[in-house]
Amino acid sequence: MNLDTLLLTVISTSLVYSAPLIFTALGGTFSERSGIVNVGLEGIMVMGAFGSVVFNLKMGDTFGALTPWLGLLVGGAIGVLFSCIHAVATINWRTDHIISGTVLNLMAPALAVYLTKLIFDGRGQTDILQHPLATVTIPGLSAIPFIGHIFFTNTSLLAYLGIGVAILSWWVLKYTKFGLRLRSVGEHPEAADSLGISVYKYRYIGVLLSGFLGGIGGAVMAQSITLNFSATTIVGQGFMSLAALVFGKWHPIGAMGAAIFFGFAQSLAIIGKYVPVIASVPDVWFTIAPYLITIIVVVLFIGRSKAPAADGTTFIKSH
Amino acid sequence: MRIKNTWISGLGIPLTSIFLGLLVGAIIMLLSGFDPISNYVNMFTGALGSANAIGEVLRSATPLMLTALGFAVANYAGFFNIGLAGQALVGWLASVAFANAFPGLPSILIIPGALIVAALAGAFWSGLAGYFRAYFGANEVITTIMLNYIALYATNAIVKAYMTVGDGDYSKMIPKAARLRTPFLEQLTQNSTFHYGIILSVLAVFFIAWLLKKTTLGFEIRAVGMSEDASRYAGMSPKRTIMASMLISGALCGLGGAMEGLGNFQNIIVNTALPSIGFDGMSVALLAAGSPIGILFAALLFGTLSIGGLNISIAATTPPEITSIVVASIIFFVGANYIIRYWFAKLRKPAKPTASTPVPPAATDTKEVHS
Repeated sequence: MNLDTLLLTVISTSLVYSAPLIFTALGGTFSERSGIVNVGLEGIMVMGAFGSVVFNLKMGDTFGALTPWLGLLVGGAIGVLFSCIHAVATINWRTDHIISGTVLNLMAPALAVYLTKLIFDGRGQTDILQHPLATVTIPGLSAIPFIGHIFFTNTSLLAYLGIGVAILSWWVLKYTKFGLRLRSVGEHPEAADSLGISVYKYRYIGVLLSGFLGGIGGAVMAQSITLNFSATTIVGQGFMSLAALVFGKWHPIGAMGAAIFFGFAQSLAIIGKYVPVIASVPDVWFTIAPYLITIIVVVLFIGRSKAPAADGTTFIKSH
Repeated sequence: MRIKNTWISGLGIPLTSIFLGLLVGAIIMLLSGFDPISNYVNMFTGALGSANAIGEVLRSATPLMLTALGFAVANYAGFFNIGLAGQALVGWLASVAFANAFPGLPSILIIPGALIVAALAGAFWSGLAGYFRAYFGANEVITTIMLNYIALYATNAIVKAYMTVGDGDYSKMIPKAARLRTPFLEQLTQNSTFHYGIILSVLAVFFIAWLLKKTTLGFEIRAVGMSEDASRYAGMSPKRTIMASMLISGALCGLGGAMEGLGNFQNIIVNTALPSIGFDGMSVALLAAGSPIGILFAALLFGTLSIGGLNISIAATTPPEITSIVVASIIFFVGANYIIRYWFAKLRKPAKPTASTPVPPAATDTKEVHS
């Protein structure tokens, strides 16, 4: 394998594996910046993956090539519905955020497999998708010498979309009135409330956005990597996204960077076998490398990451 | 006003939550065309209808008590330990490795030895996360998640490289002297996998209850969890307390893993995913609202539902996943206890039509952070 092909493979697999994490981690960012801790991202991803796969299998003939893209939106919509549980529980019913998030993680795989068995005649695993999200070669950009080939040939369009959404999220949170209000209810809800900002409304928006983006993240995972739905479609990607969000210090660009880093570390495990010098190293080292590197980076370089001041607390409007 | 939710006590909420959780399950079964009554009857006979079933329920509750206590101890110190599964797995590996390394020892030495090694392994694994948090400020959510995966892949590699028999994906069985399952217990429970480990689990419940309520360390753990700054001002060392709670938490999880190694499986397998006793233990702790004695009963309930759930799919076409849906719903209602108490209060005293919404009495049970 020459350098060119190697770089191409590293970058394209990194992007493919980071795409689901980018969307989900951004979702988590919106929720936590509004003050609602969301450890239920894993469950939200499961529901998003389930929704997109069912849509893809059932409606594939109707929508043809458009199916997986609509599947993303369906996954997002299912994620929004599912995250309503978290929103009502934490915002109105004063449930501990960790308990409610854990309920999502516990409920989602059970509910999704239950429904899968109902829809597909008792089988807990769906057929393989006929209309997956394929890798694409971006016309124009791929013609750039060297760089074009490495970055824009057979690559994940969704990862670039995710990077775009991350930049947009950063802009929205930092420069718009909406973003300022969302952050204010996560930092000091009483102050926000005293200025007439509806804490409940912005927290609902934060949680539902995490449902939407987390659902898309799950749909990306199912439609581009596993290509079907079963109990093992989402195994820890939601937790990795949660880690990316904390790693990125609750900042959209940071969360995106951390997600890409996780994707890159995972691609190392795949690439390692093809590089002559390191191919003799036992496989297990490549498998644990992403997790080990993350710990080392967090411990040595990142240090304390500080959550929004009111993250994890329940706000009760005084009368 | 801003509140940080505290764990509640009493029996009313758990019982109501169990009822509501079963109700949610029944509604879902009705909507999907299954008969909830017969399914629930099958579930409870499957869990409690024979000596074998009861043995299986007790066996499945045994490690859950330990991992749940592990979650609770860390949580009291304000430490969110998602690493239960990884800590249990290294404990499982350590217990089996120790037992197979000293096949000649009598039970009196090999069982305590394997348990101690398992507890140390679990404590080491959680201690890493505790150390990184206490001395480097590294967030435990990241480190424990990462340590889970490292535990899974490293354990599998070690089992494959050093412990498997032939081409199998499992180690050889541990020597008879180290086994917690005995012919006597098998005879007693119609060949169930029930084992003596439950004695350790129940002892651990009372030990942790005593530790948290009656000792200085327990007081410090709870104080640090409530406010790190205040406890430092009072002369406690949050770093040391975090480390202590994390070591205890990991040791309990390691023992939970040893229950699988010495009791349930009596060997170690190459796991495709993290052992379920980790996340299930977290569910049990949340179900029990953190109370050690509550964990004893919550683990038994969890065992009843999961073992009974297996019977549902044998007797009917209903997918067994319904039991996990019920468990998740029960935990949801335990967490949402505020709204249950609010409804109770309304039922007892019909709301008078006043201009302002009455503040429910439940609100006084929560701890105010700011006002």
